[in-house]
Amino acid sequence: MDPYFVQLSLTPIVIGTLAAVACTLPGNFLVLRRQALVGDAISHVVLPGIVVAFLVTGVVESLPMLVGAGAAAIVAVFLIEVVRRLGRIEPGAAMGVVFTAMFAGGVLLLEQTDTSAVHLDVEHALMGNLESLIWLDATGWRSLFDPVALAGLPVELSRIALVCAAIVVLTVVFWRPLKISTFDEGFARTVGVPTAAIGFGLVISAAVAAVAAFDAVGSIIVIAMFICPPAAARLMTNRLEVQVLWSVVFAVVSAVLGYVLAGYGPLWLGSDNAVSAAGMIATVSGVILGLAALFAPHRARVGAPRGEAA
Amino acid sequence: MNALIEALMFGAGYNAALVAIGAALLGIAAGAAGSFLFLRKRALVSDAIAHATLPGVGLAFIVMVALGGDGRSLPGLLAGSALSAAAGLLVVDWLTRHTRLSEDAAIGAVLSVFFGLGIVLLTVIQTMSSGRQAGLESFLLGSTAGMLFDDAVVIAGAGALVLAIVFVFRRPMTLAAFDPEYAAASGASVRAIDLLMMTLVMAVVVVGLKIVGLILVVALLIIPAVTARFWTDRTDRLILIAGIVGGLAGYFGAAISAVAPRLPTGPIIVLVAFAAFAVSLLVAPNRGMLAAVVRHRAFEKRIHLRQGLLALAREEPILDRLTLRVLRARNLIRPDNVATATGRAQAARALRDEKRWEVARAVHPDDAVTGRYDGLTDIETVLTPDEIAAIDERIGGPVLAAG
Repeated sequence: MDPYFVQLSLTPIVIGTLAAVACTLPGNFLVLRRQALVGDAISHVVLPGIVVAFLVTGVVESLPMLVGAGAAAIVAVFLIEVVRRLGRIEPGAAMGVVFTAMFAGGVLLLEQTDTSAVHLDVEHALMGNLESLIWLDATGWRSLFDPVALAGLPVELSRIALVCAAIVVLTVVFWRPLKISTFDEGFARTVGVPTAAIGFGLVISAAVAAVAAFDAVGSIIVIAMFICPPAAARLMTNRLEVQVLWSVVFAVVSAVLGYVLAGYGPLWLGSDNAVSAAGMIATVSGVILGLAALFAPHRARVGAPRGEAA
Repeated sequence: MNALIEALMFGAGYNAALVAIGAALLGIAAGAAGSFLFLRKRALVSDAIAHATLPGVGLAFIVMVALGGDGRSLPGLLAGSALSAAAGLLVVDWLTRHTRLSEDAAIGAVLSVFFGLGIVLLTVIQTMSSGRQAGLESFLLGSTAGMLFDDAVVIAGAGALVLAIVFVFRRPMTLAAFDPEYAAASGASVRAIDLLMMTLVMAVVVVGLKIVGLILVVALLIIPAVTARFWTDRTDRLILIAGIVGGLAGYFGAAISAVAPRLPTGPIIVLVAFAAFAVSLLVAPNRGMLAAVVRHRAFEKRIHLRQGLLALAREEPILDRLTLRVLRARNLIRPDNVATATGRAQAARALRDEKRWEVARAVHPDDAVTGRYDGLTDIETVLTPDEIAAIDERIGGPVLAAG
């Protein structure tokens, strides 16, 4: 095996995988609630949130960025509701108005301020910099047990690991209320589940996952991982538990395979330049969804005539 | 500021004027085409279409370079983007119709995967040996700086074409947007109309790539239509207003960015459109926030007036401040809260109306009458004078409250 694998590829793969899992877990519920595009909206409004946080604090630190992006997500959710209720506008259009305008504002703020000294620009926000998250202190697999080398791990790794763990814990803890309120909101209310709070909490944890992942891998992966693995998993089974497990498997496969293909694929084809890992991970997740849509056991709508389902 | 005014008056140079006209035409076309998309409740499909253009742009560049041409030729890039946008649209359609995934999941999947693939292609291009810095990134956020004369002509021409098609097919598209079943029953092919609508949207997206950029062109399709919706309930006016809002946004945005060439054009145009939206959200009659507040206040007053009058008639003490204020303002009570002559008369009438309602609801226990009872509706608007006279016979004439 490539001697530099641990140094150059291991941490990006782990970070990409953790980010994918952190996004795909809330994504399952968003897809089932037909709120898949909330992920899209969130990943757009993260940008103005981060820019404003940077303008206020003057530093690119994870905590202010997390707070700023979270605040932006809340503002966006609030604005979407205002537009939807007051203007009696359909939710899709309301969302389209709010997140495009906020994204435009973010881009403009970013271009207006001098961020050349810090690592903050629109393309980075879109594509991430997964490839640059290398582990310089590593010399080989043995470094995994070397405390000195471990201290040199990229900070993004611990950050995304923490967020991913938090998302997993939240999903497990709130499993029943989440499940009930996703499938039968009326029933959930009757048995005393605070459905509004659950829905809001879901959006917020999706936002947190998006911000943490965004920092490391860019917003393309965030949207792709919110939607593609859960959508593919939905076509595999009719049980939520199994669907979530499938989605995690798909997310991990997309992240690992995508990174490997982006990093090593061009070499196999004789080119010596890697391509965008974030883009490739999104592409692989799309290929998985395509395969699921063609061959998965539960791909057809229940009750759809056979001819149409084929 | 002077530079901006100059730019608005086409004084900032020939190219800048062309770009402003092109952007305005694009905005009008986007507003008009977006109106149908919005009415059909498929606004976010445009998001998938827009993001799906990126791999086409990349592929077109690679193909053109491979064929020995100039990779940056705008018509070629736009043709490529149209092809991949069409592919994205077909995938959304196929996923929604042939699998159990809902449209929003299909949209999200297509936009993220196509965009990801596009980014992969962009990184391939960056490392291509031809080495020409393609500047394809400008398609992400739009840039009018360094736009060629021919490019502006392409944009203006395509914008005008979209507009013409919208004008010709506005009736069938309106029909399909409001009542697809009726449209199908009356012989129109809803699928063909939808296809036409999506083709128009695609055209706007593709043309808008250069000016607004693919991430934000969806805003130009959605925001003007939503803005127009605040001002009217009629389709023809909706399209007209959306076109005007979009056109002004494109025009002003392009002019502003001609003055500040460092800023990407797309976000400026979008924010100008959003400003129009925000103003509409605040002040539009009927649907605006101010109108909602005014309506709420008026409603509140009616309730307090009615309850206050009933309290006067029943000689109950009134404690609520707002009720007292409303009654005093209409000279129905004196400052010491004793009813005036008019107050007593109106109170008696309110009580009589309440009594009439009571009888009416007992006589007509059906929804048509009782469903209208909310303590505010005048009974004269529900029952005929004969019916009211009959009720009055049962309860006796108006009685003044004692005292």
